[in-house]
Amino acid sequence: MRVRFWGTRGSIPVSLTAADIRDKVARALLAASGRRFESYDEAQAFVVRALPGALGHTYGGHSSCVELDLGEEEYFVCDMGSGARAFGAHVLARQGGRPATVHVFMSHMHWDHIMGFPFFGPAYVPKYKLYIYGCHDELEHAFRLQQQPPCFPVPFDALRADIQFVKLEPGRAHSVRGLRVTPQVQRHSGDSYGFRFEKDAKSVVYTTDSEHKLEQRSEAELFAAFFRDADLVIFDAMYSLADAISIRADWGHSSNVVGVELCQMARAKHLVLFHHEPANSDAAIDGLLRDARRLEELTRDDFSPPRRLEISAAHDGLEIEV
Amino acid sequence: MPLAHRNYGAARVLAPKGRLDHERCEAFQADLAPHAEACAREASALVLDLSGVEYVSSAGLRCLMIAAREAKARAGRIMVAAMQPVVAEIFHISRFNLVLEVFPTLREALASVSPQAVQAFERG
Repeated sequence: MRVRFWGTRGSIPVSLTAADIRDKVARALLAASGRRFESYDEAQAFVVRALPGALGHTYGGHSSCVELDLGEEEYFVCDMGSGARAFGAHVLARQGGRPATVHVFMSHMHWDHIMGFPFFGPAYVPKYKLYIYGCHDELEHAFRLQQQPPCFPVPFDALRADIQFVKLEPGRAHSVRGLRVTPQVQRHSGDSYGFRFEKDAKSVVYTTDSEHKLEQRSEAELFAAFFRDADLVIFDAMYSLADAISIRADWGHSSNVVGVELCQMARAKHLVLFHHEPANSDAAIDGLLRDARRLEELTRDDFSPPRRLEISAAHDGLEIEV
Repeated sequence: MPLAHRNYGAARVLAPKGRLDHERCEAFQADLAPHAEACAREASALVLDLSGVEYVSSAGLRCLMIAAREAKARAGRIMVAAMQPVVAEIFHISRFNLVLEVFPTLREALASVSPQAVQAFERG
C-alpha cells in the first residue's frame, strides 16, 4: 500500500508568497556559499541533501486529501479538500480516457474537507463511478449544497459521473473491494470520523480533525486501540499542546505531543503530522516535527521493550510506502 | 502523590513527586483542589516545586492548565519552579513555558511573589 498526500493543510489552503520564495532563494544561495554546480541534477542533489528542511521544500498547500494506492485499478482517497483537484487530474491522466471507479472516505463535511470536489475532474466524466462513504446523515446534502447558486456555477445534478453516497456505521469493520475499513467517531464540532484501513496485514489510520483529552482514561484507551500496531497514523497535529488546551481548547484539533503519546501507547510504527495550522510557516512546522521527534526520544525508554516511533510531517506530494 | 505544603509569606508551595501522567492526573487534580481553594481564600500564590517530578505527559500538563485557569478566574496565581531537565524540555516542546509562569528555581518563584516570601524561604 502506498500513501500519497495531495493536501495536508488544515482549515484553508495556503501558498507561499513572493516574499517567502525570495527568502528561501536568498538563504539557499547563502548555504551554497559560492559553490559551483555543473548541471541541474547536481544543483537538485544539493537542494535535496544539503539544504536545511524548510529551504528545500514547502509543506504547502492544499487542504486535506490523501490517497491510498493499493496497486489496483480502482482509486481510494480520504477527503475532498482542495488537494482533490490535483488528485483528480492525476486520475484522469493515468486513466487516459478509460473510465475509473473512485472510493472517497469522508471524515466530515467542514468546508476545507469538501471544497475540492467542485474541481474534481472525474466527477464531470461520464462512465466514471464515484462512491462517497461517510458516517454523517448530511453527507450528500453537504456536497449538493456547495454546488448550489450563488456559490458555484455547476449544480450537482449536472455532474456526469455516476455518484453514490454510502453510509457507514462507526465502530464496525466494513469491506470495500477487499479493503477493511473501520470508522471511529472523534471529538470535533458536528463530529468527525477517523478511518482505520487494513489490507494484506498492513494498516493505515487516517485521523484528522480530532481533539483528544488523554486525562480521560477511557478515551485514551479507545484511541490507543484504534491505532493499535498501525503501520502509519496520519494525525491531526494542528497546534502545539499549549495552544490545543488553552486558547484553542474545544476547537476540535490536536497536537504533535498527543500524537506521539497516542502512537506510543498503541505501539504504532510511523506517525505523520497532518492538517497543519494555516498560520504556521514551513520553519514553524519543521519546529513542531523536531519537537515531536525529541519527545519520542525522551520517552522511548518508558516502554518495554523500547520501540522507536518514526515521525514525519506531511507535505503535498509526499509518498510513503507502507 | 503526597502533597504536603509549606507556606512562605503569601506563597503556598507544593512539591509533587514522581510522574505526572494520565495514570496520576485525576488524583493529582483532586490533591491540588483544596490547596487552590485555600490560596484563593488566603489571597496567596500557589507555587509548584517540580524538582521531584520526573516526567509530565499531556494529561499532566492539562491538569496544570486547568488549575491555572481556575486560579486566574479567582484572581489567583499559579507558578511552577525548579523543573528537572527532562520536564523542562517537555515544557518547551509543548510550549507550556509560554502559557504558565515558569521559574528556574523555587527562590526565584518566591521572589516574584514578595520579598517577604523569599525572606521566609531563606530563614528555612
